[in-house]
Amino acid sequence: MSSLKRSYREASARNRVQDLCDSGTFNEWLSPAERITSPHLAALGAPVSFDDGVVVGEGKIKDKRVVMIAQEGLFNGGAVGEVHGAKIRGALLRAITSQVDYVVFAVDSGGVRLHEANAGLIAISEIMRALFSVQQAGIPVIALVGGSCGAFGGMGIVTRLCDVIVMSEEGRMGLSGPEVIETVKGVDEFDAKDRALVWRVTGGKIRRTLNEAQVLVEDNIHSFRAALEDVTSNKIKKKSFTLTELAEQQQNLVKRSLMPSHIREGSEVWSSLGLASDEVSLMSVAQFNQRLAETTHE
Amino acid sequence: MSDTLSSLWARLFPQGSDIQVTGDTLSGMGQTREGAVHVIGTTNHVAVNSAIALSLSQSIIHCIEQDQNHPLPIVMIADTQGQELSRREELLGLNGYFAHLARCVEAARVKGHRLITLIHGEAVSGGFLAFGLLADRIIALPQVEVRVMDLRAMSRITRIDYTRLTELAKHSPVFAPGPENYWRMGGIHEMWSLDDNWEECLLKQLHGPNIDQRPELGLERQGRELASSVAQRVIHATTSTTKT
Repeated sequence: MSSLKRSYREASARNRVQDLCDSGTFNEWLSPAERITSPHLAALGAPVSFDDGVVVGEGKIKDKRVVMIAQEGLFNGGAVGEVHGAKIRGALLRAITSQVDYVVFAVDSGGVRLHEANAGLIAISEIMRALFSVQQAGIPVIALVGGSCGAFGGMGIVTRLCDVIVMSEEGRMGLSGPEVIETVKGVDEFDAKDRALVWRVTGGKIRRTLNEAQVLVEDNIHSFRAALEDVTSNKIKKKSFTLTELAEQQQNLVKRSLMPSHIREGSEVWSSLGLASDEVSLMSVAQFNQRLAETTHE
Repeated sequence: MSDTLSSLWARLFPQGSDIQVTGDTLSGMGQTREGAVHVIGTTNHVAVNSAIALSLSQSIIHCIEQDQNHPLPIVMIADTQGQELSRREELLGLNGYFAHLARCVEAARVKGHRLITLIHGEAVSGGFLAFGLLADRIIALPQVEVRVMDLRAMSRITRIDYTRLTELAKHSPVFAPGPENYWRMGGIHEMWSLDDNWEECLLKQLHGPNIDQRPELGLERQGRELASSVAQRVIHATTSTTKT
């Protein structure tokens, strides 16, 4: 299908879910027709959106039942407010009651919406708890990161709670955005205008190298869908709450922290693996995936 | 140890406590009439980085390991100015360290540990989100600050006039800093005053449901009127017949 070849990054949240699902199977809950908007944005005289910047519903992917959540990065940076957060929480809880096969969480967000900061912060903690409930019900959650806003702030944390992360090369993930770090700590700490540097710290290739993203794909909806099909065709390695797994992850993260302190960007990580940064940036996703497999023997 | 921490322990645990402060983290045990509780947390308004997050998650893992047959309550002391802003920390993937910490907190809940957060000092943004905000019960002690961002910075970023923000903040709890606002929204369960008996207050928190009812609390307190109803509407929305 030619429509599936379109850029994931350029597509709207609604188009992403429609094209990720089997044709015509996506059914949206609280669609824009119901006009559920943020009263808090309205109170501040800021523009509102009839879906409050997030699309939730159920569809099918290769005949598997899937709850879909997709944030719209073009509305307020995909940021989480009261209504936006409640829609996500409702969709996660519904995944449990309707026992779907898995949840797709297409994250595209800078985190908390400042216009309703308190509501947004609490909402993200409620999303975290709902997501844990989904995982405890044995339902895997797969995060997709490839939108213009990436996955930052509280949504960067939520993304890393998911069982699997699929990222595009253009996708970005972190906690504090480069602009925030530059504003507070200065341009020497992080030059947010240096796009190549930002990409070498937060982008898909470095996040894949560190195994935070388990799959790296090209920036098109078709590739994201293929990754979903591929990941879910076998038994997904789900995250658990066992002591053994927590202790193992603790050790992994301790080990990563021991990375020499001068290392502050991806090129230094790549060179420690024998890869030149220039070479990495020029590699296609397929070439990169192959080189990474050879280098790290996963 | 700082005077404020010593007096906190004295008020909470008149029967005694043994809590060590190492740098900006703390851990140990407090004694109550109903038995011992773990105490884990941060101090000095620390900016949480990967090392602090790892220290907290390790402490929780220890609690779970120690108490396999008899999970004791964990009192979580939240005092943070937020996450550390640093390129190195971003390269390490600080969000992943926070996610691991959050998962450890949830694992403790699953294993039967009661989780009670006491906000002592400051509770800000990311540092609060991955730890204190995940407890079963969240308590603000007197004279604490709770926020995402102060109003001046918020005004600068949202380009909404500062005077207008301060005016609106008088009536709306939704964006302005302050524990009262979080209480009204259900994000803080209780606020204790200096007149309260904190030992008794703490004991009251040791029992009760551990499911997340904060949206309903926010509705009841009229500070967050949509969170509960919108989630319910999503849960009960009719699914139209799918086209094939």
